Amino acid sequence: MSAPVLFGLLGAALSAVGVYGLMVGRDALARILAFNLLGGGVFLVFGAVARRGAGAGFAADPVPQALVITGIVVAFSATALAVALLKRLAALRARPGAAPAKVAGAQAEGTKGRVQPGGDA
Amino acid sequence: MTLVLDIFTVVLVAAGLLFFIVGTVGLLRLPDPLARLHALTKADNIGLGLLVLGLVPQAVVAGGGLEAVKMVAIWLLVQLSSGAVSQLMGDVAYHAAMTADPAAPDRSAHGEEPAP
Amino acid sequence: MSLLLDAILALLVLAAAVRVAAGGDGFARVVAFMGVGLLLGLIWVRLAAVDVALTEVAVGSGITGLVLLQAAADAPLTREREVGLLYHLCAGMVGLVVFAALAVVVLLLPDPAPSLAPDVVRALPATDLGNPVTGVLLVFRALDTLLETMVLLVALIGVWSLSPDRHWRRAPAPLWPAPPSGALDFLARVLVPIGALVGIYMFWAGADVPGGAFQGGAVLAAMALMAMMAGLSPVPAIGGAGLRLAVLAGPFAFLGVGIAGWFLAGAFLDYPEGFEKTVIIAVEVAITVSIAVTLALLVLGPPMGRKA
Repeated sequence: MSAPVLFGLLGAALSAVGVYGLMVGRDALARILAFNLLGGGVFLVFGAVARRGAGAGFAADPVPQALVITGIVVAFSATALAVALLKRLAALRARPGAAPAKVAGAQAEGTKGRVQPGGDA
Repeated sequence: MTLVLDIFTVVLVAAGLLFFIVGTVGLLRLPDPLARLHALTKADNIGLGLLVLGLVPQAVVAGGGLEAVKMVAIWLLVQLSSGAVSQLMGDVAYHAAMTADPAAPDRSAHGEEPAP
Repeated sequence: MSLLLDAILALLVLAAAVRVAAGGDGFARVVAFMGVGLLLGLIWVRLAAVDVALTEVAVGSGITGLVLLQAAADAPLTREREVGLLYHLCAGMVGLVVFAALAVVVLLLPDPAPSLAPDVVRALPATDLGNPVTGVLLVFRALDTLLETMVLLVALIGVWSLSPDRHWRRAPAPLWPAPPSGALDFLARVLVPIGALVGIYMFWAGADVPGGAFQGGAVLAAMALMAMMAGLSPVPAIGGAGLRLAVLAGPFAFLGVGIAGWFLAGAFLDYPEGFEKTVIIAVEVAITVSIAVTLALLVLGPPMGRKA
């Protein structure tokens, strides 16, 4: 097995852990972390492809590398926005009046119920 | 001459790795945050210092003096940040223990006195 | 021997990733995630992608980790839902299918591998750049990079728009609420000037060796955040004209050059012949400033009532 194949398989495994975490994550932070793991895994598959495309004097194909750099920065943007939403949601829930409605909504409606308080703000 | 340099590198890097292993064991085994920080600083300061010192001759032989200067600069920067960050973390751990914060159960022996 | 090293690295990443997904204390999970990012940086070096390694460590692990640590500190973990064993099994199956599909793709990649490297080699001399990744980012796939700066801008607008109306135009909350400490002050005073130099060097050297606007911008953003944490510089109010100009400079300079390309060189984002390097450096300076400011503002979050 060569290094690109090994790291490509690692990328596949990271993506799988990310998808699993995204599905079973109990709180929003867990799902944001899983989303980032999934991204890291996909980038690593790109890295394996780039390394295999070495040629013409380059140790790795520069085009997938540039795409991954773009991807890392976009993943950060999405994470920052998600965390800002999470913190705002936590602040709204901490308000005295908002507490009972939110608990009921979260338990009764699951995923959809959690989006509601943020939307009202 | 290269053989002497190679032996020098192997001995110093091995010694550096030993400090890293000891630091890691300490991080995993020691009971409270301040002691764990103490273990970590050994790895950061002496362990990394020995690694860099061991690799300097190789860098000089392979790429000239500039590479060696960069490695020493990295060691100095790590010294600076690890020293300052250890102190900050020690501060937080100490105050957490003093106010009997439940987040620092390790220091509960100290925390019992001022607990309201 | 080197494959053994690679295998150990891969196992470490996998173990840390499982720790991230395993649940439990929020801080521990975020720290494990930052560990994954640092180890991935080493793997990118092993894959001969040093530009990506720098980006992964600076943005993917460092600045993302800072944002996630805030989330772990600010938002108490609420068990929002309980899922049953059957659901866990289904999720596990989906994960296995994802792994199997990607593994098949990785194992059955065509041989010889298709590569755009020869095309890049052929076209790179016209740009006067020595780093092929910078060439791809700013010339051959410049549209991607332009859109990426726009994504950062839109994300910042999204974060800012979460501020309550009465706090609009004010400053975000500081990252370090504790009173200034001697150690932090000392660290910031020594490290910020060195780090700023490193950030500018990474951007400048990025034309010819690994580095570039994103890596350099991320280091500059980290240094600005460190100065604010130590209380050496105030957290800026988001209403300031200078701040907004710095945020907009990169995307709009890039867009302006792109539109000018229509008239001067015949196509959108085409650079005028003979001035390629000059135009590329000018665009890079603008986007480095904007990336640094935008990344720092994304970490600081929406304005929270302080009057700067």
